[in-house]
Amino acid sequence: MAQVEEPGPEATDRELTMSRAMVEAIATEMREDEEVFVMGEDVADYGGIFDSTEGLLEEFGYDRIVDVPISETSFIGAGVGAAMQGMRPIVELMFADFFGVAMDQIYNNMAKNAYMSGGSVSVPMVLMTAVGGTYNDAAQHSQTLYGTFAHLPGMKVVVPSTAYDAKGLMHAAIRDDDPVVYMFHKRLMGLAWMPAPEGPKTGVPEDDYEIGFGEADVKREGDDVTVVTLGLHVHRALEAAADLADDGIETEVIDLRTLVPLDTETVLESVRKTGKLVVVDEDYHSYGVSGEIVARASEGALDDLEAVSRVTMPDTPIPYARPLENEVLPDADDVAAAIRSVGE
Amino acid sequence: MRTLDVCSTVAIMVGANTLQQMYEEMVTARHYEERLQEEYLEGKQPAFDISAGPIPGELHLAAGHEASAAGVCAHLRDDDTVTAPHRPHHVAISKGVDLERMTAEIFGRETGLSRGKGGHMHLYDPDVNFACSGIIAQGVPPAVGAALAAKKRNTDDVAVAFLGEGAIDQGAFLESLNLAGVHDLPVVFVVEDNDWAISMPKERVTDVDDGSQRADGFDVHRERVDVDDAVAIYEAAGEAVGRARDGNGPTVLEVQVHRRMGHFMGDPEAYRPDEDVELARERDSIERMEGHLEEHGFTGEDRAEIRERAHERVEEAIEWAKDQPQPDPEEAYEDVFTDELEDWPERRDRELAAADGGEE
Ligand SMILES: Cc1ncc(C[n+]2csc(CCOP(=O)(O)OP(=O)(O)O)c2C)c(N)n1
Ligand SMILES: [Mg+2]
Repeated sequence: MAQVEEPGPEATDRELTMSRAMVEAIATEMREDEEVFVMGEDVADYGGIFDSTEGLLEEFGYDRIVDVPISETSFIGAGVGAAMQGMRPIVELMFADFFGVAMDQIYNNMAKNAYMSGGSVSVPMVLMTAVGGTYNDAAQHSQTLYGTFAHLPGMKVVVPSTAYDAKGLMHAAIRDDDPVVYMFHKRLMGLAWMPAPEGPKTGVPEDDYEIGFGEADVKREGDDVTVVTLGLHVHRALEAAADLADDGIETEVIDLRTLVPLDTETVLESVRKTGKLVVVDEDYHSYGVSGEIVARASEGALDDLEAVSRVTMPDTPIPYARPLENEVLPDADDVAAAIRSVGE
Repeated sequence: MRTLDVCSTVAIMVGANTLQQMYEEMVTARHYEERLQEEYLEGKQPAFDISAGPIPGELHLAAGHEASAAGVCAHLRDDDTVTAPHRPHHVAISKGVDLERMTAEIFGRETGLSRGKGGHMHLYDPDVNFACSGIIAQGVPPAVGAALAAKKRNTDDVAVAFLGEGAIDQGAFLESLNLAGVHDLPVVFVVEDNDWAISMPKERVTDVDDGSQRADGFDVHRERVDVDDAVAIYEAAGEAVGRARDGNGPTVLEVQVHRRMGHFMGDPEAYRPDEDVELARERDSIERMEGHLEEHGFTGEDRAEIRERAHERVEEAIEWAKDQPQPDPEEAYEDVFTDELEDWPERRDRELAAADGGEE
């Protein structure tokens, strides 16, 4: 649910891209707290391959916007160590796909230290990373891997779909005392070289604000079918919902915004109303977010459930060629077809 | 460390045929990258959109790296394994990868090396034991594995892993040095030092000037060729590959090359001083190679003939590739496994989507 206390995206005329909104939050936190710093490949002069640190070097210098060797195990692990000292590092993993190089530091150290220490240490770090396909970058540069990170206990996982949420989630992530994996979709960033769809560029208040973790956002209300989604596919689902409205099908679109924690209640409320659930996820089909949402709906609202459908990547690596990627990557038509199928 | 004076004496030791072969590969690779640049940018005008045009996605071109592949691969046979990183075309060309099918792959066509599934960072040609991949230092351990297989089978095959100087900080590389060293494996690690890892200059990310020094901690042989010269690289690689073939263990060979283009197409290179771009242009390994050819009695006309042949080959490959059919979308679901699983992957919803979409 949208936060009531904070001014929403409509409260201002100032529109920002998602990347600008993220950078604004990081800069604000860095001004307020000397202990916040950014570390990653090409975060300094380049400003992040996906503009996630664009302009920060000029204000904060190389001491706080730190380019690092291509040594993910080392610099992500170093982020963990600095965080355990009480600093608040923001560490960028350039593409989520590269997590394999450093997964031990991520899931055995970053995610488990609080628990393994019986709560005596904490790891207040942000691991921000680019996700997603749609631009033919093939099997090693196109994954979302939402389910992989959300599956392993000990990390909070957030996935903004708009500039407004991107800023609020970044403030919350930096201030949080736990490791937060901040997964931003490349296609939503507003890059000059990868046009974003309509939607992610929103009004963004200048003052800082937080989006609370575990608060899904109902992007569109409807009584017929519930669509639960995240990231880029929020916009694809909204497109499908707008098309179907012309045919009299009223779709409710829920943007999860955070995977850990997960706002089960908002999903259940909607499913109790519509009885029909479509989960749209750019991640692989099996053992992931889509299965989790269906499981929670079954556990919490079984009697109300009449039909369920999942629209996901199939369980194949992501192919390069345009016709092949288009085939496997869910688009608005796929979402619309699924909504129709459960709506019947 | 090899310097220019050493290599001019060395040039005499390289046979004319080898020189000509290396030159031909180099001009093929250079023209290939220049033509791919054109093809890539086509359809991305006026506003650059990475997903548009006949070649979508990232494209890392190797103009300025040619001497490394030509000099090293001159010592290799089809049975020898080569792994390359995200900037692979020059290596593929010198290793003898099928140029037409490689080009078709880059254009995402059905008859491409990977039937359109891999793209330019994921070229596989098992006929000549070539593979490349997109994660930094990822190809290094598999090269060690190919060397391990050669040793176990008691063949004299060798393996060569190409990597960028940015990759020498990666665990996969350092661990591989140790494994190869302790098992005395027939593998050569060729570090292509182009001074940059995207926007990060070498000195920002490592304190050694000479990346081959990484070998010291593992008691592995090493050499750095300090000049972007195919003949100097040929000579140093001859020693390293020969050592591996004769069962005398691994070598790290760092070679100075230059990045004549952006990291990837569309890279504005705002981080890179103009002088550095200029220096990279001036230090042209192909011009240097023409000097060697001249010393060996190749006339300007001879060289023009070689160049023409190379350009023609490139043009034909591109023309052929663009003529090839697009892959059938259904093929996206194939090849996940070699021993295919029945009804894999699960596609209930997608079939349904297709059926419903069809009724619209
Ligand atoms: C593990 C991993 N980290 C980061 C990247 C992103 N990346 C792609 S190329 C590159 C720079 C590589 O530099 P270098 O090894 O010197 O090769 P060059 O591009 O200069 O040829 C980086 C950081 C990656 N592909 N894999
Ligand atoms: Mg480099």
